[in-house]
Amino acid sequence: MSENESIKISTKNVNLYYGENHALKDINLDIKTNKITAFIGPSGCGKSTFLKSLNRMNDLIPGCRITGQFLLDGEDIYVPGVDTNLLRRRIGMVFQKPNPFPMSIYDNIAYGPRVHGIKGKAKLDRIVEESLIGAAVFDEVKDRLHKSALSLSGGQQQRICIARAIAVQPEVILMDEPTSALDPVSTLKIEELMNTLKEKYTVAIVTHNMQQATRISDYTAFFLVGEMVEYAKTEELFSRPQDKRTEDYITGRFG
Amino acid sequence: MEKPVINSLTKKRRRVSDIVLKVLIFTSAAIVVALTLGMIIYIVVKGMEGLSWNFLSTPAFSYPYENYGVLGNIVNTLYLVVITLLVATPIGVGAAIYLTEYAKQGRLTRIIEFTTETLAGIPSIIYGLFGSVFFYNIFKVNYSILTGALTLSIMVLPTIIRTTQEAIKTVPLGYREGSIGLGAPKWHMIRTVVLPSCIDGILTSVILSIGRIVGESAALIFTAGIAADFNFDSIADIFTKVMNQGGSLTVQLYQYAQRGGSEMKYAFSTALVLLITVLIINICAKLVAYRIRKKRSV
Amino acid sequence: MENITPATAVKSQESGLRSGKSSIINVRERMMKYLFTACGIVAVACVLMITIYMIMSGAPAIGKIGIIDFLFGDTWHAKKEMFGILPLILTSIFGTLGAIVIGVPIGLLTAIFLSELAPKALKNIVKPAVELLAGIPSVIYGLLGANLIKPVMYWLEEIIYKNDPTHQFTGGANLASAIIVLAIMILPTIINISENAISSVPNEYREASYGLGATKIQTIFKVVIPAAKSGIASGVVLGVGRAIGEAMAIILVAGNSANMPELFNSVKFLTTGIVAEFAYSSGLHREALFAIGLVLFVFIMIINLILNGILKNGGKKGKSEKPAKSKV
Repeated sequence: MSENESIKISTKNVNLYYGENHALKDINLDIKTNKITAFIGPSGCGKSTFLKSLNRMNDLIPGCRITGQFLLDGEDIYVPGVDTNLLRRRIGMVFQKPNPFPMSIYDNIAYGPRVHGIKGKAKLDRIVEESLIGAAVFDEVKDRLHKSALSLSGGQQQRICIARAIAVQPEVILMDEPTSALDPVSTLKIEELMNTLKEKYTVAIVTHNMQQATRISDYTAFFLVGEMVEYAKTEELFSRPQDKRTEDYITGRFG
Repeated sequence: MEKPVINSLTKKRRRVSDIVLKVLIFTSAAIVVALTLGMIIYIVVKGMEGLSWNFLSTPAFSYPYENYGVLGNIVNTLYLVVITLLVATPIGVGAAIYLTEYAKQGRLTRIIEFTTETLAGIPSIIYGLFGSVFFYNIFKVNYSILTGALTLSIMVLPTIIRTTQEAIKTVPLGYREGSIGLGAPKWHMIRTVVLPSCIDGILTSVILSIGRIVGESAALIFTAGIAADFNFDSIADIFTKVMNQGGSLTVQLYQYAQRGGSEMKYAFSTALVLLITVLIINICAKLVAYRIRKKRSV
Repeated sequence: MENITPATAVKSQESGLRSGKSSIINVRERMMKYLFTACGIVAVACVLMITIYMIMSGAPAIGKIGIIDFLFGDTWHAKKEMFGILPLILTSIFGTLGAIVIGVPIGLLTAIFLSELAPKALKNIVKPAVELLAGIPSVIYGLLGANLIKPVMYWLEEIIYKNDPTHQFTGGANLASAIIVLAIMILPTIINISENAISSVPNEYREASYGLGATKIQTIFKVVIPAAKSGIASGVVLGVGRAIGEAMAIILVAGNSANMPELFNSVKFLTTGIVAEFAYSSGLHREALFAIGLVLFVFIMIINLILNGILKNGGKKGKSEKPAKSKV
């Protein structure tokens, strides 16, 4: 990891507790700008929890306590006075289950910009179109922008959600197992999309699927029961794992 | 896409509309609490004036006029509650059993469910009008406790059907399968498995119904009437009473309030008696709900 | 139960008594089934009987008075045998609208408070208050209205109409008082149903909205409320049904003269007209009261149909929903 890449998010000694449960232990990890970083590991290993704490979605869970530092471009996101809404505008999120709002495709995409005070039809029209193009779904929906987003297929819905996330022009996009609810064809489309997304955005993705991690990510972090066991360039981690537990996991001995 | 100008994370934006809406939301909730509390306090304060043991134990507002009391109305209300429940509970529970256990998803089920909804939406004054004509045709008396109770039975039917239905639906499929799998006939299964495990639900529906009966007035004025006679000279009177007029507590309250003046304080005393009854009913409903939750969580 | 295993086949051959016993069981089973079916049909029969009786007892008067004179006549004067119920109909409609205009915002905001914002301690105060409000008998609302709201309205009336010699002073027994009482009465209905609708909005919508940097309030008003709108609408319709059918709560505060609805007029609702005059009515007058009942019944049936339509549409939620208008 000696290459000259800039760091987008850096976490230092992060510990997270759900009540008594120590869910993340001393995580130190740097997410590189304009790269895809994958978090892998068995269920319940803390990878999703870690992802969600990057834009403070865990704040919504009662009893959740976090210590340590999260630096976004060097600025701590957990100090008092941080505007979480502004933070989440800069670090967007795509969820496991496609969750478009029960409104039209157009309104789904325009939701974020509107929330952040962007008005004017022409401006919104442009943002909606650019976002849909950016999420590689424009051609499929351009004739039905004012139909309900729920009428689309699961894969299309997920790309709508990606378009919705990029409509607020974030710097980082967090993806929480974005393809686990989708069929292989839709999954492939989203994986292709991610490769173009990283030109503009920094992407962090949680995935169950190790093949997916090898296909799309530049860096991979392996989590196990709340610990980050190993973090390296993806091809290194999969070809020459340094830790025995990583090796066991990627060779399918457990998980 | 032009890059947005992003300020430092700690530069918090205050959204005026957010604050205004939040204030409105908290104000609304405060209004609701203030209304309820205000009403209760007012009734208690005003009601204590005329409330006395004498008021509770005097049979009726009768000659001489200084003699005010609600004992007769309390008894009438009890009559109404008991008869209404005796009629409505078996029918309501039976209908719920039919809907959940026997009926196939078809036209009849839809019609029954639709009519149950309809019954729930009919205002009590319509029940009053209907009851006064329909039961007059049967009993040939203008006002009677029985007429009132039968009218109320129709009125509380939707409550009992729906609440029981909900309770039956929560009986785990496994219980039923266990029974049917042993070759038990359906009624046997219902009697031994379904009904015992939703008895609390039926109890809830009964408590809710009592609340409605005690609070009802418009459906009773034209059916059960307004008088509060209190003649229990022989045992037979206990039974013949059902064919006499019988004004409930609410109807008596209305009469006191309508006449106003010095009788207003008795209206409030009656209101206090009603309020306490409603409170007790609410608490009972809570206790049953708590019991249900506890049982489920085991 | 169709597949007869060898074991059961043998068993039924073995014991001759068995078939006798099982036929008794069969008869009992069938009887119970008929009994329960009959119970189910009682509800249907009741609605049918109510409909038939309301028509039978209401239609003759409409025939005698003439449907146009009855529905659109602007004078209700029993002694002069003038039975025009237009003032009553309009009073019921405006009274209900007024109650909705006041009650729905307060109710909806309280529902939002309960399901989205309330800390547990506060929720434990507000929720029982709402339950109690729902349980208080309507005649008590009337009593309190007469004692508390009427004086306030009279005070207002005196200020507003101080220099108006044509105004008939109502002493506070007027449409405005009735609207306030109705608005309070429908609160529990609106609150409970809206709260249910709001709580059943999937959490994913909230998460997605927060994930885009929306504030809690923005999320509530731009995502949660639009997603719950069919449930909220059914709460409002139920509130309309409750308000339009209410009699005892408003009879003591509405004034009971059949004037056209104006806030500070003494007015007669469809419901209060019936209650106030039923006891001393006879002949055509009583028949006319039943005809009012029939009109009210028709109103309620229409409301029921609307409600049904909303619930059905709510069932296939989202499929054909128009883009939600933002509220903020």
